[in-house]
Order: sequence, then structure tokens, then C-alpha cells
Amino acid sequence: MAVLHSVHEHDLPYARRERVNRWGLWLFLISESFMFAGLLAARFYLWGGTRPPLDQTLGLLLTSILLVSSFFMNRAEVAIAHDDRPEFLRSAMLTVVLGTAFLVGVVGWEWGLFLPDGPHLRPTDGAFGAVVYGLTGFHAFHVLTGVLAILAVWHLGRRGHFSARQHWGVEAVAVYWHFVDLVWVFFYPALYLIGQVVAAGH
Amino acid sequence: MRHVLTTGLVRGLVGQAVGFALGVYTARAWGATDWRADGPLAWAAVLSVLGFMLASGMVSDWLGWLAGNFAPPRHGAPPGKPRWWRYWSVDYDHKVIGIQYGVTALVLVGLAGSVALIFRSELSKPGIDFLEPAVFNTLIGWHGIVMIAGILTGVAAMANYLVPLMVGARDMAFPRLNAFAYWINVPGVVLVVLALFLRWETGWTGYPPLGVQTMPGAIPFYLGVFVIGFSSILGAVNILATAFGMRAQGMTLFRMPIFVWSMVATSIIALTATQLIGLSFVLVVLERVFGMTFFSPTLTESAQALGSPPGQPLLFQHLFWFYSHPAVYVFILPGLGIISELLPVFARKPLFGYKWVAMASLAIALVGFLVWGHHMFTSGMSDIMRVTMMWTTLLVAVPTGVKFFNWLGTMWGGKLTFPTPMLFVLGALSIFLIGGLSGPPNGTVSTDLFLHDTYWIVGHFHATMFGGFVYPYIAAIYYWYPKVTGRMYNETLGKIHFWLMTPAFWTMSLGQMLAGLWGMRRRIVDYDPALGVAGLQTAVTIAAHVIFLSMLIFAFNLVWSAFRGKVAAANPWRSRSPEFQVPSPVPDENYPAPVVVVSEPYEYGGPEPYVVFAHGPAAADD
Ligand code: HEM
Ligand SMILES: [Cu+2]
Repeated sequence: MAVLHSVHEHDLPYARRERVNRWGLWLFLISESFMFAGLLAARFYLWGGTRPPLDQTLGLLLTSILLVSSFFMNRAEVAIAHDDRPEFLRSAMLTVVLGTAFLVGVVGWEWGLFLPDGPHLRPTDGAFGAVVYGLTGFHAFHVLTGVLAILAVWHLGRRGHFSARQHWGVEAVAVYWHFVDLVWVFFYPALYLIGQVVAAGH
Repeated sequence: MRHVLTTGLVRGLVGQAVGFALGVYTARAWGATDWRADGPLAWAAVLSVLGFMLASGMVSDWLGWLAGNFAPPRHGAPPGKPRWWRYWSVDYDHKVIGIQYGVTALVLVGLAGSVALIFRSELSKPGIDFLEPAVFNTLIGWHGIVMIAGILTGVAAMANYLVPLMVGARDMAFPRLNAFAYWINVPGVVLVVLALFLRWETGWTGYPPLGVQTMPGAIPFYLGVFVIGFSSILGAVNILATAFGMRAQGMTLFRMPIFVWSMVATSIIALTATQLIGLSFVLVVLERVFGMTFFSPTLTESAQALGSPPGQPLLFQHLFWFYSHPAVYVFILPGLGIISELLPVFARKPLFGYKWVAMASLAIALVGFLVWGHHMFTSGMSDIMRVTMMWTTLLVAVPTGVKFFNWLGTMWGGKLTFPTPMLFVLGALSIFLIGGLSGPPNGTVSTDLFLHDTYWIVGHFHATMFGGFVYPYIAAIYYWYPKVTGRMYNETLGKIHFWLMTPAFWTMSLGQMLAGLWGMRRRIVDYDPALGVAGLQTAVTIAAHVIFLSMLIFAFNLVWSAFRGKVAAANPWRSRSPEFQVPSPVPDENYPAPVVVVSEPYEYGGPEPYVVFAHGPAAADD
């Protein structure tokens, strides 16, 4: 929640406030990375050198979407650092769109909510199902919070908040977004690439 | 009455009830028949926590940001309310939050202690007298987890009250986050109380597969603990940011009060390891609600057809102990910090080997991450892991020993005085010593095969927790009581408290260890009279009651003295610490002017003070 710390909070001067906020944000991310590392450990503990057959096209597509979104988030941050508000709003909104596309991809296709006969891998399908749904679920939840946070700074930006000098809120959301992105860079190979596919129908 | 209804606590609890009811109602509407089924219960529990958050006011400021309202956090007493009101509501002052944590801790410890007396009485002789096994199992688990919650809130109490004062700051780095971290505990505890009524049988560790199969109380148990853990994490963020970002001018890292060092080490653990107990508990809930078999070693037909591997119970134990071993250092490092903080004051001598004490805290914290497997020696874990974890475990004894010798060195040749806080510090040393010495036999594979899951272990960890947390916490309460309330506690009652509690504790802990050596198993409602432990069990039960009685005297002393105690001086202990250089109770704004550190913290007998107040422009580093 250190994400949105305000401009005037507390009695500290802005520069010092910003430094303290940075401590808070990065500490929180260190904390979160332990949770994601725990999920990765669960994946390797349970699957070892195997993996289920997942849709490779979808995996690659989702990964690309997320990477591209990080690019636009960065553009948004640079834009506000140059007081370019229209560009900031445009890029932030694009990031939201891409993040939402990622979520729809995971929930709609990987989890099969949009597929007529459901997914071919269900959450109840042993360690394969548990780990796929567990890892994508925890990650998707973070993507969702990231999208909401970007929407919040976009909304504030539209109302004239943030400037080249004072835009800690944007910085925080951007760092968080890159972090969530980085987590996927580990999850994608762990779920889709590493290990031998176990052929169905034993 | 009008004011009672507007407190954050009352509003939050109403919100929680509404959230829960909404969850049950929607689950019914979606076709659930029994609200105690895992899905509806988990859903209602989550909504209940959200309900508390919204209604209590703990997130109001953040929601205000969305509307562009960036007013600074409100400080000082709220206008138009009686004095007590802010202590029952969302308040951003670290001193208020510290007191909220401290009282919560005492309440939780009292509740968990009462429950202990119930099952202790059942155990005082063989045979099942008045507790059904399922109730007994629920009670021991509840006792354990509520004590842990009590310890975590007690640690947070000391950290919140003391760290900002000791680093010379006006408040914590993030006052709103601080209030959030405190208040989120309340709905968490409410869930854990719900678990008591719905019952679950795993004990505090929640091991699956039993955790997946046991009664519905498991759901609020896991989720409640998750929420309390979330509080720990946010608290750790705040403490680290405060220690690193808010120190007064001239306070280099090695001029920080030693308690701040111990909180840094503690917070590193709480920040990182807590995620893994949170994760493991959520995964069990997912397994119960959605049938995601992370831990149960069973496979459905369709999973078999896919060729999926099964879940693994041991995975849970790894995730769980990766937190829960380091967690014991979360419990004790602050307490050891209190010991290091108080000894120089009562010996009128500098802390012996300040840097070593500080570094030993960090070393304990870091090595503590590598020893979790010593709880799994009998689990079927590989031999390589067993031997590795044995060696790393024994390694922890080194920095712990360093601390002990530094304490002895501090007292050596000092002018010792023995008011109640000092008695509790010395009591802590004596108890922590037996607790610590009973550890290495558990950490050695060959002996642990016999000791595991016996009452020896129960004796071991009660001694470490009492020596490492309970006694120092009591010492801290007596010591800072005049600072917090502006009045002195009653010294006679304090001494009675100590002299009742300490022999009783020794009897209890050594009795438990001995019963374990004679073959008494843990977590069991009945035992074979042929073991010959009935006499020991009776003695332990009586001792437990005496400890409880002494704690009642303590509670009475705290409440009574707050109204009738002698008015306290600013610095009753002649301490050099910054918080003792201002009036008692500490004024709202803490310090009259920016704090500047001019010498070492523990130079008792030295010519210079530790801090001065700069009546000039703001601190230079801005
Ligand atoms: C010299 C230091 C210590 C060593 C070598 C040590 C070792 C151990 C070992 C090996 C066990 C597992 C025994 C078993 O279940 O068979 C154990 C259990 C335990 N220890 Fe320690 N310990 C030490 C200090 C502490 C401290 C300082 C605390 C906390 C305040 C603590 C709290 C616990 C708890 C709570 C358990 C029981 C967990 C459970 O199974 O429910 N220990 N200890
Ligand atoms: Cu341990």
C-alpha cells in the first residue's frame, strides 16, 4: 500500500518523504518476492522435471503483452517527469488496456472460462492443476491490483495531479508494475518451458 | 454511549458482521446449502475482513486520495471527543498505536492463558475427565496460535512506541500504514475466535492432510492467521523504513539504541519469512475450497489420466517452517534487545561490546533462515537435509552465546540495583538459559528422534518464549510505564508478581521437560498412568495456575496505577535514552526541537549526554 503515498503526508519535506517512500516500496517488493519464490519452489518441488501440456501460443502471447505493457508504463513515467501530461495519460491507459488483455487471456483461455467445453486442465487435476492455477492465480491477482493502481494515478493525473517535480505516485505504480512483470518472466518458463511434457492418456 | 458507537472498533466489528452476513447471504443465493461448507465460509470470511476495513475508517484516507484529498494525516487528539476515544479508534500517532498494540497483546495473552488452564486441568491426571478429544485438540491449537498473535502484537507494541522515539523522529515512516497494520489484526483475531467455535484439530501448525480433512474451523483459522501475518509484514516495512529513513541528525547506524538494532533484525525476518506461512496457509485453503491438491497425496482419475504428479504433505512443512522457525526469532530478538537496553541502565555501565550485540542480532536472524528442517527430522526428509540442518542449527548457538557473554560483561563490576524491571531482566536471563540449553538436544538428529513430539519440546519452547519474550516484555512494560502513563507502577505488587511467577515458571517448564523425558507425548488428551507422570502433570497444572494468578496481579497493578500511582518524574531510571529527556507522559509531538546525537548511547558515567535538542533551523540533512 506504500504505492500511493501522497505529496504532503506527514511533516517531512518532499525530497525526504520521497526517499522514505522509496524505502517502503522496495521493502514491500522484497517481501512479495519471497511469496513468489515460495510458489516457484512449490512448482519445482511438485513437478520436478515434468510439466503438463499447456497452450504454447497463448503462453507466448501473454508474455509478449505483458512485456510490451511495461514499455508503455515506463513511457508514462518518463512523460510525467517531463510534464507531458497528455502523453502520460495515453501511455498509462495503454498499459491498463494491455494489462486487462493479459488478465482476460489468463482467465478466459488458460482457465477456460470462455471456452465452450471448459479447460483441458482443471484445478483439481493433481499437482499439475494445482500449480498452474495457483501460480497464474496469485500472479493475476497482482496484475489486477496493478491495473487498478494505474487507473488510480491515471484518474488523478487527469485531474491535474502530479508534475515533473512531484510524481511519487506514478513512480511507485510504475515500479510495482515492472515488478509484477518481472515475476511473470520467471513464471512463464517455469510453467510453459522447463521440463518434459507428460503425454496425456497414461 | 454516543461516543462508544462511533469508535473505530465498534464500527469495524459491525462492518465485519455485515460483511460476513453478506457473504453467507450471497453464497445461499448461489445455491450453497450450508454456510459452514468451505467455499461459503471462506467467502464470508474474506468479505468480513473487507467489511471491517471499510467500516472502521482504517482505509478512509487512502480512499480519499482517489478523490484528490491529500490532507496530511491528522495528528493530535480528535476534536469533540473524550480523551479515551482515540485509543479505540483509528489514530495515526505511533504512541497511541503502540498502546493499542500493547493492550491487545495483554488481552490475547490473557485469553490464550485462560484456555491453557482449561486443558491443563484436564491433563492434571490420567483419563479423560471433562474435555472431548476434539475440543481438547481445538483448545491446544487455539492456545498456541493466540499466544503467537499476542507475542506478535506485543513485539509491535514495543516497536511502535519505542523505535520512533529512540531514533528521534516525530512518528513512524508511514503513520497511515501503521494504523492499518494495527487494525487489520482485529478482524484476523475475530476469525480465529470463530475457529474456536467451529473447531479444527491440527494444532497451531495446521499440517495437511489433516488440515484439509478436519472440521470447518480450519478455514477461519488459516485466513485469520493470514491476516495477522499481513499485519506483521506491513509493520516490518514501516519499522525498517523508520530505522533507515527517519533517524535524527548524527545518529549513525552504530549510534542507534540497541533495541532499534534488534528491531531491524526482527523486521528483516518478519518482512520476508512471513510471506511463506501466509502462502502455505492460503494454499491449504485453496485445496479445501477448490480441490487444488498441493498437499494431499491423492489423485483424481482425470489427474491420473493426465499423468500429473500428486500433492506432497512435506511441501507444506517446508513452506511452514521456513517461516515458523525464523518466527521464533521474531519473538525473542526484540526481547533480547530489551535486555541489552535495560542492563546498562541498571548496572550504570556501558553496554559491553555494543557492535557485537548488534551484529549478533543480525547473525541470528540470517542463520535462522537456514535451519527450518530441524522441525522435520522425523518427517522422512532426506538424510542430507537432516545433517545439514543439524549443523546450521547448532551454529545459531554461537551468536546467542555472544549475546549472553556481553550481558554478563555489562553486569560485571556494575553498580546493580534491583527494581522490578531489572528483576524481570534477570529472570529472563535465567529462563532463557534453560530454554536455550534445551535446544541443542532437539537440534541433534540422534537425540531428537526420541524428543520430537514429547513434552520435552513443550518445555523447551515455553522456556525460550518466556525467557525471550514474556519476561522482557513485562520488564519493558514496568520500565516504560512511567513514560507511557506519567505515573509509577506499584513496586511491591511488581515484586510479588515476580516472586510468584518465577518459581512457578521454573516448576512448569522443568516439569514439562521431565515428563517428556519419561515418555509423555504432546498434543494428547489422555496418557497411560504407567508412565508415572501424573505427579509431574499435577505440579505443572498448579504452577500454571500460579503464573496466571501472578499475571492477574500484574494486570491489576497496571490498571490501578494508571489512576492512583505516584506521579512519575521525567527520568525515573536516569536513562540516557532520548525519550527520557522529555516530560512523562511523552508530549504529543515527542520532542520540542529536532534531536541531535552528540555521543554514544550507553556511556553511563561519561561526561556528555547522548542527545541534545537543537533549537535552531530544521535538521541539516534536508
Ligand atoms: C539454542 C537455540 C535453539 C535450538 C537449537 C532449538 C532447536 C529446536 C528444535 C530442533 C526443535 C524441534 C524439536 C522437535 O519438534 O523435535 C525446536 C522446537 C521449537 N523451538 Fe527451539 N531451539 C532453540 C531456541 C528456540 C527459541 C529461542 C525459541 C523461541 C522463542 C524456540 C521455539 C521453539 C518452538 C516454538 C518449537 C516447537 C515447534 C512445534 O513443533 O510446535 N526455540 N527447537
Ligand atoms: Cu526451529
